[in-house]
Amino acid sequence: MRKVSAFNLAAILIGVAFLYLPIAVLVIYSFNASRLVAVWGGWSTRWYAELAGDAPLIDSALISIRVALVAATASTILGTLAAVALVRFGRFRGRLVFASMIYAPLVMPEVITGLSMLLLFVAVSADRGFWTVAIAHTTMAMCFVAVIVAARLVDFDMNLEEAAMDLGAPPLRTFLTVTLPLILPAIAAAWMLAFALSLDDLVIASFTTGPGATTLPIRIYSEVRLGVKPEMNAVCSIMVGGVGLAVIAASLLTKLSAARGAPARSP
Amino acid sequence: MQTVRSKRGFAPWADASARPLLRIEGLSKRFGGVAAVDQLSLDIYQGEFFALLGPSGCGKTTLLRLIAGFERLDGGCILLDGIDLAVVPPYRRPVNMMFQNYALFPHLNVEANVAFGLKQEGLPRAEIAQRVADMLAMVKLDRFGRRKPHELSGGERQRVALARSLVKRPRVLLLDEPLAALDKKLRDATRFELMDLQRRLGLTFVIVTHDQSEAMIVADRIGVMDRGRLMQIAPPAEIYERPNSRWVADFVGDVNVFEGRVGTDSTSIEGTSGRFRVATKIDAEPDATVWLAVRPEKIRIAHDAPPLELENSFAGTIADIGYLGDLTIYKLRIADGSIVTAAIANSGQEATRTLGWDDRVWLSFPPEAAIALTR
Amino acid sequence: MTDTMTGQPKRSRAQRLVVGIPYAWLLVFFLVPFLIVLKISLSQPAVAQPPYTPLIELSAGWRGVTGFLTGLSFGNYTLIGSDPLYLLSLVKSVEIAAFSTLLLLAIGYPIAYGIARTPRRIQTALMTLVMLPFWTAFLIRIYAWMNILQRDGPLNQLLTALHIVNAPPIWLAADTAVYIGIVYSYLPFMVLPLYATLEKLDESLLEAAANLGCRRWKAFWLVTLPLSAPGVLAGALLCFIPAVGEFVIPDLLGGSQAPMIGQTIWTEFFGNKDWPAAAAVAVALVCLLVTPIIVFQHQAMRAAERD
Repeated sequence: MRKVSAFNLAAILIGVAFLYLPIAVLVIYSFNASRLVAVWGGWSTRWYAELAGDAPLIDSALISIRVALVAATASTILGTLAAVALVRFGRFRGRLVFASMIYAPLVMPEVITGLSMLLLFVAVSADRGFWTVAIAHTTMAMCFVAVIVAARLVDFDMNLEEAAMDLGAPPLRTFLTVTLPLILPAIAAAWMLAFALSLDDLVIASFTTGPGATTLPIRIYSEVRLGVKPEMNAVCSIMVGGVGLAVIAASLLTKLSAARGAPARSP
Repeated sequence: MQTVRSKRGFAPWADASARPLLRIEGLSKRFGGVAAVDQLSLDIYQGEFFALLGPSGCGKTTLLRLIAGFERLDGGCILLDGIDLAVVPPYRRPVNMMFQNYALFPHLNVEANVAFGLKQEGLPRAEIAQRVADMLAMVKLDRFGRRKPHELSGGERQRVALARSLVKRPRVLLLDEPLAALDKKLRDATRFELMDLQRRLGLTFVIVTHDQSEAMIVADRIGVMDRGRLMQIAPPAEIYERPNSRWVADFVGDVNVFEGRVGTDSTSIEGTSGRFRVATKIDAEPDATVWLAVRPEKIRIAHDAPPLELENSFAGTIADIGYLGDLTIYKLRIADGSIVTAAIANSGQEATRTLGWDDRVWLSFPPEAAIALTR
Repeated sequence: MTDTMTGQPKRSRAQRLVVGIPYAWLLVFFLVPFLIVLKISLSQPAVAQPPYTPLIELSAGWRGVTGFLTGLSFGNYTLIGSDPLYLLSLVKSVEIAAFSTLLLLAIGYPIAYGIARTPRRIQTALMTLVMLPFWTAFLIRIYAWMNILQRDGPLNQLLTALHIVNAPPIWLAADTAVYIGIVYSYLPFMVLPLYATLEKLDESLLEAAANLGCRRWKAFWLVTLPLSAPGVLAGALLCFIPAVGEFVIPDLLGGSQAPMIGQTIWTEFFGNKDWPAAAAVAVALVCLLVTPIIVFQHQAMRAAERD
């Protein structure tokens, strides 16, 4: 019998408050008419209005989104392949090295991965810009994707694949018609995670970027390292709002699809 | 209890000219250092309902999976219609399997699940739809077509799994403990539906089970397995009445075993409880050690001493009584200290039973009821 | 793409691609860069493009290679070894990361435990709630703390209003702010593996302990805690290792007196434009972290296989 003790409840509530309070403060102050934090000048949307006119900022936002789309998609494909190899291929030559390369980037400090990748690009005299950032983000994100998809594959009931083969489906068709649809939620979640990681990243982008590819975090960072700026509060609030909406939409979608059930298609 | 009209005279294994549908020769499969299937040979005939019976870990499921193609064999061969299956991957074998946990595709509805195998054959849509509808009607799930697996009960899911495998009209249908997850009443009903389906469609079924009563009811022949080897292959009655070893005798049903030496006339044995006579000549040298197997229901108990000419009678004390409703099990201690089990049907009311704890009684069994085992 | 034909000696071409493509990618973009970092750490800075020497001149043939090899030196390592700044930075980073990890454990464990004990239905909702801030930009969350911890920020306003302090204390540009930042950002990384381990815990084990006369706290100490050890280890490593090399948090929230190693690398690279020195510091950092990283990988692979 699961009872929620008072201690448990208190711990959870305090934890949640701790997590959301700073964001709440940020959003509130983005509506502060006064530039100074010490003074509350009343509710105002002037900082949002100023944002609309800030062309470089909007540019970086678009660049960040494009990089994130490329990196998320590429890393999801690579990461899924890696997960299948890790989970389904048993022992193969070089598996230990492969697995190490998948788990290491998860914990490696970003200054190191950023620095090393930049040095690679310099060594091959590659032009740094959009694509180098995209490649760097893809490399970083594919490891997260691999771990998430691998976890789902490990739980996957092999009998389903055996049943499909028993009924006449060759291995590739089995994967596409039985395995893939069932691990799709994990793949989708991994894509979103990769997208967020890319959108989010400052350190690796700083190392691997070039002229004309200033991502949003880089621009925000250069603005705020000298102090708080209310326009930045507005940018951040927009991003928070966007992410919040996306997550709510995603969870609603999953609930809907579970309730209605996927359409009765035969593979 | 329902019955299915038995297949009168169906015994292709006794016919020397009959060719088996499935021939397994010297099959071996090792996992690590352990032989899951050990030099196993078996012939299964068209139209047969064959049961593989054995304790957990005896290799029966491995054997099934080898036939289906999910495991690679380490030795021997499997021939279906004369074709060696070793080079045929599972998705091209005319063999279908019904999994113990049903393995229904959760993202497809019942119709799509059943149609899956037919789609792989590339049949026209109209034909697929027709065959699916017919099969669902046959398993009495015609109104469930659009439901998803998670919306079905255990028994309904089992029937979908059955329909899915049967709709492809496989040469052999393999069933891995298909009734294990069902409750008793449902199990009994489904058992007969399975037998009925098999007989009507004329298919060949190979079922794996650890439940001996299930094997006895459904099978035309039973293959009893232990540690990767087949101990005996025979129709249920023969397995029960004429087991070929103590192991089989003990595994299928209860049995009393009396050890003794063969007498000079080769129809009696001399044991610690006295001399016992059997009806047929014992296939062993005089003075060799054999074991006499007597089923509990063949033993009679009487209060009074039997007439001297009655063979195979000896004294005992009732040590324990177990009342099971339709019969009563008696455990009796005999002269040499061992326990004999007797089962008496309760054909009268309780008040008329006269046997009680610690009663000194006389046991006996007819010579035809005992079988001498040489191993 | 599945390997149900166990022990299949030949891999189909498709299977080789499935392994080969991600393998090649990681080899090129993850492993090879490390070797380059190592090489650069053995080079000297130069006012050139790229800003280091020697370069490997394959066109000069064998003499180019030997010239390259003689140009390498351990000069950078002696530099960072002799200057106490680097050692201090390294020690400080480990200190801050270790203490933060302990804080994270102290805060994260009750949260994970609490969520794992709630009825199953609301567990997913709660975990989403905990993970949600993680989806908003990392930078934003640190920046949010800059807002709060400012001299005239809401925290000080609150403290002054409640008369807890007389003069508003300086939070930013100090270690406390860095701790707050690390704990705040890394909390989901601690809670998630802990929760994953704790929710798998079999309730009946605790019931059995109670049945055998164990009191609640003792049952926790003797049963729950040891069984959650893998989760604790995973969470601790997942937080400690990247925290050592943290850059953004100490840069925005911390002071400049004693930089963490991530800041040192950044400054060497972007500030002093001394790529070889930065590379040498990076190599030193990797050497320091290689043992915990291997422990983490071993743990992660074991956990994946156990399932």
